Amino acid sequence: MVGIRSYGGYVPRYRLNKMVIFGSMGWLNPANIMNAQGEKAVANFDEDAVTMATAAAQDCVAGFDRADIGGVYFATTTASYKERLCANLIAGALAASESVRTVDFGNGLKAGTGALMAALDAAAAGSANNIVVSAADCRLGKMGSVQELMFGDGAAAMMVGTDDVIAEYKGSFSTGHDFVDHFRGADTKFDRQWEERWMRDVGIADFVPEAINGLCEKLGLAATDFDKVIYPTYFGGARKAINKKLGLEPEKVQDTLQAVIGDTGTAQSLLMLASALETAKAGDKILVVSYGNGCDALAFEVTDAITKLSPRRGVSGSLAKRADLDNYQKYLLWRGMIPAELGLRSEEQRWTRWSLMWRLHKAMLGLTGSRCKGCGEPQFPPQRICVNPKCGIVDESEPVVLSDKGGTIFSFTSDMLSATINPPAMYGAVNFNGGGRYVFDFTDCTIDDLAVGGPVEFSFRIKHRDDQHDITNYFWKAVPVAEGAE
Amino acid sequence: MAEGIRDKVAILGMGCTKFGERWESAPEDLAVEAFVECLQDAGIEKNQVEAAWLGSHFDEINIGKGGNFLGIALKLPLVPVTRVENFCASGTEAFRGACYGVASGAYDIALALGVEKLKDTGYGGLPDSPAFGQQQAMIGPNATAPGMFAQLATAYSAKYDVPMEKIKEAMAHISWKSHQNGAKNPRAHLRKLIPIEQIMGAPMIAYPLGLFDCCGVSDGSACAIVTTPEIAAKIKPNEDLVKVKALQVAVSSGEEALFTDWDGAGMLTTRAAATRAYNEAGIKNPREEISMMEVHDCFSITEFATMEDLHISAPGTAADDILAGFFDLDGQIPCQPDGGLKCFGHPIAASGLRMLFEMYNQLLGRWPEERAVKNPKYGLTHNLGGVPNQNVCSIAIVGKD
Repeated sequence: MVGIRSYGGYVPRYRLNKMVIFGSMGWLNPANIMNAQGEKAVANFDEDAVTMATAAAQDCVAGFDRADIGGVYFATTTASYKERLCANLIAGALAASESVRTVDFGNGLKAGTGALMAALDAAAAGSANNIVVSAADCRLGKMGSVQELMFGDGAAAMMVGTDDVIAEYKGSFSTGHDFVDHFRGADTKFDRQWEERWMRDVGIADFVPEAINGLCEKLGLAATDFDKVIYPTYFGGARKAINKKLGLEPEKVQDTLQAVIGDTGTAQSLLMLASALETAKAGDKILVVSYGNGCDALAFEVTDAITKLSPRRGVSGSLAKRADLDNYQKYLLWRGMIPAELGLRSEEQRWTRWSLMWRLHKAMLGLTGSRCKGCGEPQFPPQRICVNPKCGIVDESEPVVLSDKGGTIFSFTSDMLSATINPPAMYGAVNFNGGGRYVFDFTDCTIDDLAVGGPVEFSFRIKHRDDQHDITNYFWKAVPVAEGAE
Repeated sequence: MAEGIRDKVAILGMGCTKFGERWESAPEDLAVEAFVECLQDAGIEKNQVEAAWLGSHFDEINIGKGGNFLGIALKLPLVPVTRVENFCASGTEAFRGACYGVASGAYDIALALGVEKLKDTGYGGLPDSPAFGQQQAMIGPNATAPGMFAQLATAYSAKYDVPMEKIKEAMAHISWKSHQNGAKNPRAHLRKLIPIEQIMGAPMIAYPLGLFDCCGVSDGSACAIVTTPEIAAKIKPNEDLVKVKALQVAVSSGEEALFTDWDGAGMLTTRAAATRAYNEAGIKNPREEISMMEVHDCFSITEFATMEDLHISAPGTAADDILAGFFDLDGQIPCQPDGGLKCFGHPIAASGLRMLFEMYNQLLGRWPEERAVKNPKYGLTHNLGGVPNQNVCSIAIVGKD
């Protein structure tokens, strides 16, 4: 049986109330009050599509043996690189084997479902198994635009394979239309869109039913046979029209999460699917449709195995972990939309030395340390001579992945002198659960969340941006786990 | 069994510039200023200097690499100049090199000079630099010196269950005391008396360190000419001799940063170097025998923790000693009688020699009554370079027989 084995979701911690945006920019475009409802999820200053996709993938593979991962497919329209395979970054962060298929999908909002279908087909063909498909986007609208209000940041991941499938893949139907309602040129930062009425009445309202009908015809089913129907659009009117046209009961149509996250681009359909799987029961038929220059429609049927899937954070857990971003200017600065004076210290040149990075890549991407075979002590970064003064044996260690170990805060500070776009810089020594210590940056927190002995988990983040050379470097940071949380 | 350095070397002369934002001075100017004073004090000619050790830390600005700077700046007659760099211990390392040169019998007279020109960066704080190499620049925290040292306070508070308010109070006393001393010192950079309330209420730099918990950033140079006690006695037959009693350096082994045994509340290196230094100097009970100290108060919390690391205050009790005035100028062991890094600022490689300059002059009774330590016998200097979890510590003890 081919299908989905596991799922994961990620919504960044910060949420920007749309009235905060409107309060700053409404003067420019007063009609945007119509769009200023709810809040949008905003990637932290050290997050992007790669890090969010990694977080969703981590959630997805929780409880699975990472050595079994046979592929990592990454879908986004906001990759940090045009040439440098971002799927390798995610695979590295998962500490997956390097003998895997890694592919980046992009250039259209169907890329998420495109990646998912490619994985399902590979599994069906027997050419790869246990492929982690992760989609994320962090799209930008200009200040005062509709997109600024409607787009949100987030990620979702699915592991596709043949064993213990929780949602069996039943088939797909795709359309490709050069219907350009949104576009970004190769060197363009901000989304540009055509008239909304045209997008809504011709794009969404025609193409989504076309894809659903195409799939139903292929499978000999009716749209009403599905227990959960997933398709993206933030046009409330279009949803009503489509539901009516297909005879769908509104309660069977999955929430777009527009009011709490926003339109997450390539991740949108997978995010809704992850959300649907959180509450799915064996036997549920799920219809997943993506939209963007055409549509993909996929059908799944949930199996009994879903009850055996270990609990995960998922979309709902991620949504619950929230903090208000009450400052619109901070959002602009985080996204690099406006220049700000960060001090001369921030302008010191820091070279990325790729040969060094390659030597270090397992430690840097996978948070892989060494465990001494003599005394058993894990240490990071890997050491040739054991750091335990009572041991000290040479070249007798094995790799140990520390990214999923968690740890406790040993010491901390909150530093106003460090150059950062998000002062104060918070960092401190963390003791890994099970041994070993390293000094990490803390993120997704305030100083009030830091206390000696407090628990942390690790999150793959942007470590350093070199704007001059357009380089984004990644590493792990420590995130304090709130009291009472998992 | 090695004998150690005790009583094998005497300080013949010393010099020290005024420390501060020396916008008008090149590093050459600073070195010449310190050297001219030192040579005069030593009572010798330049061509009697047979070898020199030069301390400087930052490569990015300052004097560049190699020993050439000193040979050219001082127009030394083609003598060996060895540049040493060992973080904030660089000045003391230069002194150690010169002392070992003399003690080995290789040279009769040697020079140690530390110089650092920091105020050419255009911004406050120390220059940003990949101090621990390129790898750590990629995966280390986005840290600064105050932030790394500040963590001593959080770890100390947790270990000894001493409330942060009490630590803050003791840190404020440290800075207050240093300003009391520095205000009297014409060579110091910062010479204002600062009220406790102002220190406590200052803006936060790196929690829990406020502005006055951080030492200044300055330019400066200091130097020493050393020789054997026998030669010194011939050159200066009518003066007391200041002799080197101990010189110790300890460097982190990695266990502080990567292993979980370290308590984070003080420096393993200082604890080790202090024990060795007291043995080398023949000091049994440092709390009773040390007369005065210049310790590495890059941040007030460093001085705080160092009082325990030097085995002067019992573990967990530094705050009590500090608040009782034990380390004030009129206390039992005056600490930072010249104002410390707090008031002198910290031109990295000059600091160790600046501290020795203070101990040397105190031992010779050269300072005015208002800032003189009473009847000193042993003076201890201490540098801590790097950050608490990976550092180099140097300790020197000098004394009068």
